[in-house]
Amino acid sequence: MTVIKTTNLTKRFGKFTALDGVDLGVTEGEIYGFIGPNGAGKSTTIRVLLGILKATEGEVKIFGKDAWKDAVEIHKRIAYVPGDVNLWPNLTGGEVIDLFINLRGGNHKNRREELIEKFDLDPTKKCRTYSKGNRQKVALIAAFSSDTDLYILDEPTSGLDPLMENVFQECVMDVKREGKSVLLSSHILSEVEKLCDRVGIIRQGKMIETGSLDQLRHLTRTNFRVETKQPITNLGELEGVHGIEENSQTLSFQVDTEDLDNVIKHISPFGIVKLESTPPTLEDLFMRYYERKDPSSDTGVGGAL
Amino acid sequence: MTNSVLKNTGRLTRFIIRRDRVRVPLWLIGITFFTLIVPIAYNEMYDSQQDRDVLADTMRNPAMTAMVGPGGLDNYTIGAMTTHQMLLFTAITVGIMSILLVNRHTRADEEDGRMEMIRSLEVGRLSNLNATLLVLSIANTILALINGFGLYALGIEGMDLEGSLLYGTTLGVTGIFFTGVTAIFAQLTESSRGTIGFSIAALLIAYFVRAIGDVSNGTLSWLSPLGWVTQTGAYSDNNWWPIVWMIGASIFLFFFANYLNAVRDLGAGFLPAKPGKKYATAFLQNPVGLALRLQRTAIIAWAVGIFVMGLSYGSVFGDLDSFFEGNELLEQMLASEEGFSYTEQFIPMLMMIMSILASIPTLMSMLKLSGEEKKSRIDHLLGRAVSRTRLMGSYVIIAIFNGFMMISLSAIGLWAAASAVMEEPFSFGTIYGAAMVYYPAMLVMIGCTVFLIGYAPKLTGLIWIYLFYSFFVLYLGGLFDFPDWVGKLTPFGYIPQLPVEDMEVMPIFILVLISITLMVSGFVGYNRRDID
Ligand SMILES: Nc1ncnc2c1ncn2[C@@H]1O[C@H](COP(=O)(O)OP(=O)(O)O)[C@@H](O)[C@H]1O
Ligand SMILES: [Mg+2]
Repeated sequence: MTVIKTTNLTKRFGKFTALDGVDLGVTEGEIYGFIGPNGAGKSTTIRVLLGILKATEGEVKIFGKDAWKDAVEIHKRIAYVPGDVNLWPNLTGGEVIDLFINLRGGNHKNRREELIEKFDLDPTKKCRTYSKGNRQKVALIAAFSSDTDLYILDEPTSGLDPLMENVFQECVMDVKREGKSVLLSSHILSEVEKLCDRVGIIRQGKMIETGSLDQLRHLTRTNFRVETKQPITNLGELEGVHGIEENSQTLSFQVDTEDLDNVIKHISPFGIVKLESTPPTLEDLFMRYYERKDPSSDTGVGGAL
Repeated sequence: MTNSVLKNTGRLTRFIIRRDRVRVPLWLIGITFFTLIVPIAYNEMYDSQQDRDVLADTMRNPAMTAMVGPGGLDNYTIGAMTTHQMLLFTAITVGIMSILLVNRHTRADEEDGRMEMIRSLEVGRLSNLNATLLVLSIANTILALINGFGLYALGIEGMDLEGSLLYGTTLGVTGIFFTGVTAIFAQLTESSRGTIGFSIAALLIAYFVRAIGDVSNGTLSWLSPLGWVTQTGAYSDNNWWPIVWMIGASIFLFFFANYLNAVRDLGAGFLPAKPGKKYATAFLQNPVGLALRLQRTAIIAWAVGIFVMGLSYGSVFGDLDSFFEGNELLEQMLASEEGFSYTEQFIPMLMMIMSILASIPTLMSMLKLSGEEKKSRIDHLLGRAVSRTRLMGSYVIIAIFNGFMMISLSAIGLWAAASAVMEEPFSFGTIYGAAMVYYPAMLVMIGCTVFLIGYAPKLTGLIWIYLFYSFFVLYLGGLFDFPDWVGKLTPFGYIPQLPVEDMEVMPIFILVLISITLMVSGFVGYNRRDID
């Protein structure tokens, strides 16, 4: 069943087109990663989904209902965490959590305590004294202690430390296990990779790719830095190796994910002294995407969608 | 649909009440206190009808009418006196209360992104607006009732039940009206500063339209909601029609605000926000330039407002003269004052009021420093190569110039309008001098603000109480016969009353010295304390 469905969603702010025909679909029980660089239109899309902004054109359905007209009805089954959480400076974190919980029907309040503990938040402090991360925790606790069907999370970890990011990931996995759906926006590919079943990539207001992570593998490259006993030969002739740079002892290059196996087999006989690999970044992915889009190559965007 | 756009209004109403459980009662208590203390004092001071009639005669002049509106001067009971002298200003205070509270719960919450979370919950699109309108309506109704019954309970002769209730109701209804006005500006503008700015501007325009209307053309007064306030004539005519008008108008404003809110995006406004510059000018790239840029619009708006205020006061000067000619009693009274015309005697009082009004934008530009601190934006500057002294210095310089400009503009406006309407106009020097003697008092107020920012950043709001105190004791001081020291607790009380009195250099010198001392110690404190 489809939980979120936008068709040709367009949003203009005056003359500026922030979203240009976005088609987005999230099915029940999946974690959907919504990635794109800053200013791509992730937050705008999400705020349209929440009925906070009105779509200029296109259809936006959540649980089969209209996101603008039936906003209140829909919100009964949604929990939202914005990327930039702003709270009332002279209320305590605990008070705000309770307010949020109270304004949403059907919650298990005992989870509140458990989550406060897990996220290591002091709920007796005034929101004025909270850092960005702490304000985000308030919103996360309120969201995860509510019993809803769809979680909409807009770059929710941007202020959290790695430890708290783990707690967050556990929470997301928990709700997934309960069969809930999650829309997770992010500009960090690795975070999305860890959690998401499917991803959609947005750039300058347009969806440029959607599909499962495996389907998008062809788009990703891993970065390598290698030091070997003997100099590696013929590396450039291998399929899927790009951007070779030699730097005294070390050699750095990128490898298409689908060709990893071959490349590793090729270099290991040269006696590996040091091997570093970094996961592909969003930028790599975009660069790759535009290379593929090059009309001279007929591989096309293939696979995806 | 109707049900769903208003979903959970009740919960939000309770939430707003909870957030304001201290703030609103303080406003109500403060306003009620002033409402009740004045007739008590009048009753002590003017206990015979004869005293009151003499006072009423001195009030029969256009300048006074411009300031406080027409009153029941023919039957100047304690009640009529209270209405005449206090109702308009108290109503303005209630208006300001409503403006600040409505903005706080609508545009301010929205601008700071707090509405975003609320709107993602099971809350209707119009719930927050209507919760705010509801809370303000309740607060103003309570205000109307406690003031109305409170006045009656004083048991003062000439203050009957109907008049008292009308007085209270007028206050409450004014508050509800400006609740509606602010609710609309909260939809139209994109910032809370814009909302407050436009709403206060509407209040001031209403005041001046009424002032001009009351003096020259009665129909004009009917165009102003504050004109309706004085038309109620509580304790004399007891005219309830303006109340009905105001409630009708408020209902319209409420509906209109709801309509605007329903058709717009969260965070958006209707007044166009044009794209800004791509690069910072050289001017912007230093603390003074930045501080000035941040308040440019506010300063220009206030400058225009203050100038118009000067013009409005000046425009009644011509009527003063013609008015005195036919009035033997007043001519007699004036003759007794060592050869000064009544108009001249009126100047110091006007200048005092204008300088206190001119202090508002001046102090606002100083307080901007602590405002920036509270929003943690100061760190960006202090984290770079800007010392605290330099930072605070920028704001002090702007405040000092701002004050100079504001008081000058008010004097120029007054002089320009007065020369146009008077047969024998005052020289520019006379008017400008009478205004500028108040400048040192404004410097002391800046000094106090700097001192507060340096040592007690949480208490900077006290400066407004101090300014209001200055206004209250000096404006009403004459009527109340306060002991001298009450007026001497404010720097405005030491200013020589030009042109009626001679210029005295000593108090001016001492005031300047005090302001320097306050500023220097403020700098010391600011350099020592934590930045919040
Ligand atoms: N209220 C608005 N008015 C004008 N432009 C806006 C508004 N909100 C967002 N934008 C623009 O829309 C684009 C997308 O913004 P956003 O959705 O916040 O990006 P993301 O969340 O992906 O970083 C940006 O270029 C932003 O400047
Ligand atoms: Mg965003």
